[in-house]
Amino acid sequence: MADYTKMWTDLGLNHENHNALLEYLGGAYQSIFMSQEKRPEGMSYFDFVISEAHGLRIKELCDEREAGRKVIGSFCVFVPEEMVLAAGCTSVGLCSGADFAQEEVEKVIPRNTCSLIKSFFGFSLGKVCPYMEVSDLIVGENTCDGKKKAFETFKDMVPNFYQMDLPQTKTPAGRQTLKLEFMRFLNQLEEMTGKKVTLEGLKEGIAITNAKRKALQRLATLRAADPAPISGLDALLINQVSFLDNPVRFTENVNKICDQIEVEIAANQGVKKAKAPRILLSGCPMAIPNWKLPTIIESTGAVIVGEESCIGERGLRNLTDDSANTIEGLIDAIVDRYFKIDCAVFTPNQERVEHIKEMKAKYNADGVIHYGLQFCQPYIMESFTVEKQLEKENIPVLRIETDYSQEDIGQLSTRVEAFVEILK
Amino acid sequence: MRQAGIDIGSRSIEVVVLENGRVVTSRQAISGHNPVERVKELLTDITFDSMMATGYGRGIVEVAFDFPTITEIKAYGTGAAALYPGIRGVLDIGGQDTKVITLDGKGKVLKFEMNDKCAAGTGKFLEMMESTLGYEKNTMGAMAMSGKKGVEINSMCAVFAESEVTSLMAKGCDRADIALAIHQSICRRAIGMIRRQNIGFPLMFAGGVANNPCMVHLLREALGEEVIVPETPHFVGAYGAALLAE
Repeated sequence: MADYTKMWTDLGLNHENHNALLEYLGGAYQSIFMSQEKRPEGMSYFDFVISEAHGLRIKELCDEREAGRKVIGSFCVFVPEEMVLAAGCTSVGLCSGADFAQEEVEKVIPRNTCSLIKSFFGFSLGKVCPYMEVSDLIVGENTCDGKKKAFETFKDMVPNFYQMDLPQTKTPAGRQTLKLEFMRFLNQLEEMTGKKVTLEGLKEGIAITNAKRKALQRLATLRAADPAPISGLDALLINQVSFLDNPVRFTENVNKICDQIEVEIAANQGVKKAKAPRILLSGCPMAIPNWKLPTIIESTGAVIVGEESCIGERGLRNLTDDSANTIEGLIDAIVDRYFKIDCAVFTPNQERVEHIKEMKAKYNADGVIHYGLQFCQPYIMESFTVEKQLEKENIPVLRIETDYSQEDIGQLSTRVEAFVEILK
Repeated sequence: MRQAGIDIGSRSIEVVVLENGRVVTSRQAISGHNPVERVKELLTDITFDSMMATGYGRGIVEVAFDFPTITEIKAYGTGAAALYPGIRGVLDIGGQDTKVITLDGKGKVLKFEMNDKCAAGTGKFLEMMESTLGYEKNTMGAMAMSGKKGVEINSMCAVFAESEVTSLMAKGCDRADIALAIHQSICRRAIGMIRRQNIGFPLMFAGGVANNPCMVHLLREALGEEVIVPETPHFVGAYGAALLAE
């Protein structure tokens, strides 16, 4: 890896903290990902992106900024990437999956806050996230109460925070809120770039984003095969990388790995044993490097065949209709597309349970593990409904509530192993 | 054919050897700081054709001895069903965790629940309370049977419960009454887990804590249903593992 010290200094990263984080990431990646057997060849691209996630990729973003492009950081799949691209900007994900600078974090927000929120506070306070530092605008969306209220504190910690409101019901009034917020966001982007978004720009933004989603959908569909052609860990990683990488290059590489996987499937080859117990993961998103639960699951010999999650199918399920020929028409299409997202902040949210059932059938899963981050009220509340409704259809469910700490690995392993024993 | 099962718990290790399905050896030892050495000692003069390991420390012996493993949930389910055909559920309170297991009546696990990170209300918690109250080891359960109801322990955290107990003693509460209150609070927690699973009966109460007469009494009283306690409840896991050793 090249020496990026100067770039990191210029971005204001804290060297000591940042080195500690990189060392941890490198070690975890080696032991979790590189130790897997028979990985598809095409994973080497994603391994490379991860190895350069704080290096070359940040350099690219710095170069883009040098050339006048703006970088838009966001925490959530509700921030419309089509618009970001249409405005000539670049979108990056800021969600964080590791505990960092916990003591500092607990000085500004309560200890009993979900790990995901604490994590981005920690990454910001510890000055370890180059994506946050390279962002010209940090978009926070009003999803759960935890994030919404935490942003009141976070907005004063960074110089470039933008808050996006979101509806909580799928009503006409809710759709109107989303539309007004998306239009306000588009104005914000136009103000930053000094340029008006054009019809062609929007068409192109939609085309790039849809192509990325289609590639990821293609990968998801291939995972229905038995033996599993790719591990759940690797598939999760690809989904995680989708939030960091250049979307066009990423799409090409996802399609490339899909081409290879199709050949393997045709030859009845896989990375796991045939008839290995198949798990559908459902619930909260897993941001890099939150690989704890998938690692435990796959170390039992089971394979994860799908993620019903924002970093997974919830974020890529729907395409944006590109048929309209006016700016207003395309904005409406974008609003319609995002309004379908079945995030647990919506009430009621029955479509999410239906999606879980659909995915269970589509990917031939034997059981569902519901992953809830501790103190994530929306998903933990829903986990009871999900469990009840799935059990009514004799689908085995295991509800897990955990955080980013490593202290419960022993107990989680016992529970996951026992669940896999039930499925065998 | 000699089948052996070993259950490496956080507090104790149990070994059971079956010959043609009948128990010929059963042994127990404290886990201590070096469970691998303890397992070696326990197994020195035991012969077996097959072995299955279970319990919290199963991973350690999988590495050290290359024994196959199953979870204690499956082991308890299998053991309970073999000891008592038709059993519909198991409550297992061990050294550091509590498990509630729903069975299909033939020994297959349908559903289970287990405490998360905290070891509140388990064997270790009882041991700590026993020492705080100044009882001899393994005597608090019998003493609590003579306690009067009315005192309440609200905290399930070992540290906070200890200060609660200390302040109750300072107030002059009877030791046996406090001991009863401790058992009641653990029992309430276990009942909560049992009710959430809507478990069928008869239910087996197993694990080391099932040796405690007060826990058994309170559980039967609260559930008002048939609660089976095997003769040696702490051996159910090792017995189940032995049955699954091939």
